[in-house]
Amino acid sequence: MTTHVSSLRITSVKVLDQDEALDFYCGKLGFEVRDDADLGFMRWLTIGLPGQEFPQLLLELPGGPQQDAETAAAVRDLLTKGALGGVFLTSDDVLATYETLRDAGVDITQEPVEQPYGTDFGLRDPFGNPIRISQLSGATDEEIERAYREQADRV
Amino acid sequence: MALSPQEDTNRRMLRARDEMDRRYAEPLDLVALASVAHLSPSRFGRVFKDVFGETPHRYLQRRRVERAMALLRQTDRPVTQVAWDVGFASLGTFSRTFSAIVGCSPSEFRQQTEVVHVPTCFVAAWTRPRERTTVSEKQPDSGAD
Repeated sequence: MTTHVSSLRITSVKVLDQDEALDFYCGKLGFEVRDDADLGFMRWLTIGLPGQEFPQLLLELPGGPQQDAETAAAVRDLLTKGALGGVFLTSDDVLATYETLRDAGVDITQEPVEQPYGTDFGLRDPFGNPIRISQLSGATDEEIERAYREQADRV
Repeated sequence: MALSPQEDTNRRMLRARDEMDRRYAEPLDLVALASVAHLSPSRFGRVFKDVFGETPHRYLQRRRVERAMALLRQTDRPVTQVAWDVGFASLGTFSRTFSAIVGCSPSEFRQQTEVVHVPTCFVAAWTRPRERTTVSEKQPDSGAD
C-alpha cells in the first residue's frame, strides 16, 4: 500500500501555559519559535530546533470546542500525573546538556545512562510531559543488535 | 501557570514519584518524599494513593521488581546480588515479592525472558509489573526487608 505520506511535520504537545512552555522549551531546551499567531479562537504556537524547519512541536492547551469541560479536565489531570505524551530529542554533547538543565533546575527523572545506542537521560517539562535526550553513539543497527545479543548471552 | 488544586497536587506528587524512581534502591523515606510534595508525612501516603491508585510502598515494590527484571534480563549477576542492587536486604523477601508480582520466581523469569530492542525508558514503563496479588504492606519499606 502506498499512502504518499512523506514526512513528520508538526506534532502536538499538551501544555498548561503557553508562555511558561516557551520559557522552558526555548529558554532552557534551546528550541526556537516558528509560529506564534493569535487566531482569536486559539494561539497557534509552534517551535523547532535551530537549523531545521521541521519537525515542529505545537504547544497546545487542552480544551477548545472539540473537548467539553470534563474531557479537558481529564486531559489536564492525566498531563499533570505524567501520563501523557513524550518527546525524544538528541544532543551532540548529552552530558553537557544534562549538566546545563540540571543546573537550571529542570526536573531530571533519570541521570545519564549508557545504552547500546549511546547515552541518554530523562526529564520532565513543567507540566509533566516526559522528555528523553540521547547522544547516539553512531553504532550501526548491527552493532546495536550485537550489544543486545551479548547482554542476552551473558545471562 | 494556573493549576486547579487537584492538578497542583498531581504535579507535586509526580515530582515525589520521580524521586522514588531515581532512588528506588534506597530505603523508602516518606518524610523526604512528603517534603518534595509539600505535604505532611501523615498525609503523603493517602494523597499518593488518591493520585496514582496505589500506596508509595506498593509503587516502590513494583519499581524495584521492574528494575530486577531488567537486571535478570540483561546481566548474569546472581539473583542475590540483583535483590541487593534493587534495594531488598533479604533474598527471601525479594523472591516472595517478585513471585507475587510477576507470577514466577526470579530464576524462572531469567530463563524465560528475551532482550528487547527499544529505548530503556519505554521498556521500564511497559514492563513494570502490574499487581497480581496483594503483598504485605504492614511495614513501610525501610530497606531492611
